[in-house]
Amino acid sequence: MTRLLALSAFALLAALAVARPADAATIEVKIDNFTFNPKQITVKAGDTVTWTNHDDIPHTVTSKTMAFRSKALDSDDKFSFTFTAPGSYAYFCSLHPMMTGTIVVEASAGK
Amino acid sequence: MADRDDGPSRRKVLECMTWAGTGVLWTISGGVPHSLGLVDEAKASQAMAADAKGLTFLQISDSHMGFDKPANPNAKGTLEEAIAHIKAIPAKPAFMIHTGDITHLSKEAEFDDAEKIISGARLDVHYVPGEHDIIDPDIKLYKERYGRGTKGSGYYSFDANGVHFMGLVNVANLKGGGMGSLGDEQLEWIEDDLKGRSASTPIVVFAHIPLWSLYPQWGWGTEDSALALGYMKRFGSVTVLNGHIHQVMQKVEGNVTFHTARSTAFPQPAPGTAPSPGPMKVPDDKLRTMLGTASITFKQGEQRLAIIDTPLKS
Repeated sequence: MTRLLALSAFALLAALAVARPADAATIEVKIDNFTFNPKQITVKAGDTVTWTNHDDIPHTVTSKTMAFRSKALDSDDKFSFTFTAPGSYAYFCSLHPMMTGTIVVEASAGK
Repeated sequence: MADRDDGPSRRKVLECMTWAGTGVLWTISGGVPHSLGLVDEAKASQAMAADAKGLTFLQISDSHMGFDKPANPNAKGTLEEAIAHIKAIPAKPAFMIHTGDITHLSKEAEFDDAEKIISGARLDVHYVPGEHDIIDPDIKLYKERYGRGTKGSGYYSFDANGVHFMGLVNVANLKGGGMGSLGDEQLEWIEDDLKGRSASTPIVVFAHIPLWSLYPQWGWGTEDSALALGYMKRFGSVTVLNGHIHQVMQKVEGNVTFHTARSTAFPQPAPGTAPSPGPMKVPDDKLRTMLGTASITFKQGEQRLAIIDTPLKS
């Protein structure tokens, strides 16, 4: 029983660690005039980035390493991704590959 | 990017553009283009009729079925108009090529609309995909309809009246930071496909994104096109037909003529004249002067081709 409790507690902690910390933020990236704006941003692990396409042409948000990949976003469509692991994530639009951006993820406090 | 700097200066690009409301008849003689001046639609039709013994085919491009934004809320209607114009041409063209962006979002209904309208021309149509046609990861919808007998992501070749046609795909597997790309597999196929052909065979290459560095800042070019064109150097007549940029541009380099066709859906700005290459809203009465189709005529034995760009409205 103790072991089960311990396991449950561990699972809960693990879930919390993977899930968003209480101070996790949502950061907006605008897609406008065939650019990601801001082109580079730094977020904390656990933060969610939401891209919104403001162009009259569809775009995608595609990680260079395929860590994340949106569908084609038509005008005003959104795509969100929660970054859990620190690192630098380069991405581009797979339809217009000149469009590039980077999300830098820093370890969140307490990690 | 390929190690070739054949990009025109911005001034040159602007000089080459034909924004006029009527078609411009170009002839190629000894590799030098001569504009025969502005021609109206009737004269263009006559020129094509006079060439009944040669080969005349049509190019349509960038239909963007499903597009409904302010730049043209009725892209379906303008494609219907373009097809009506094609049906009205007195001398029936041999066939049609479509240089991609058939649809706006690769949706089944958009492909259905395109098929329904374009088949009204009662011509064989040879397609290549644009980036808007292969949005679904497996390129399933495009390949189901147009991929039969093609290789890789949809490239192929065929012959007509002694002219060798190559439909290429430069919109698949694009890499971040780059432009259009043919890829190694397709480049190898191009080399093989041209092997053993007589240098006097006229070559027509068609693909969605321009195969020359037209305006790299907007991604208007194909990073490995110089390699493909290298395999075509020994041929006396090479014509490269593209779409993607929704406006007429032409460049001649040696034996190679590059030409881009208008869209039937919406215009895009001239290079560098807007913050981005997105759809350009123009006054309603101007829209149809910036949309249209092209016809291309070869006269056998004369090494001469004429490209006539005809807007929906002059």
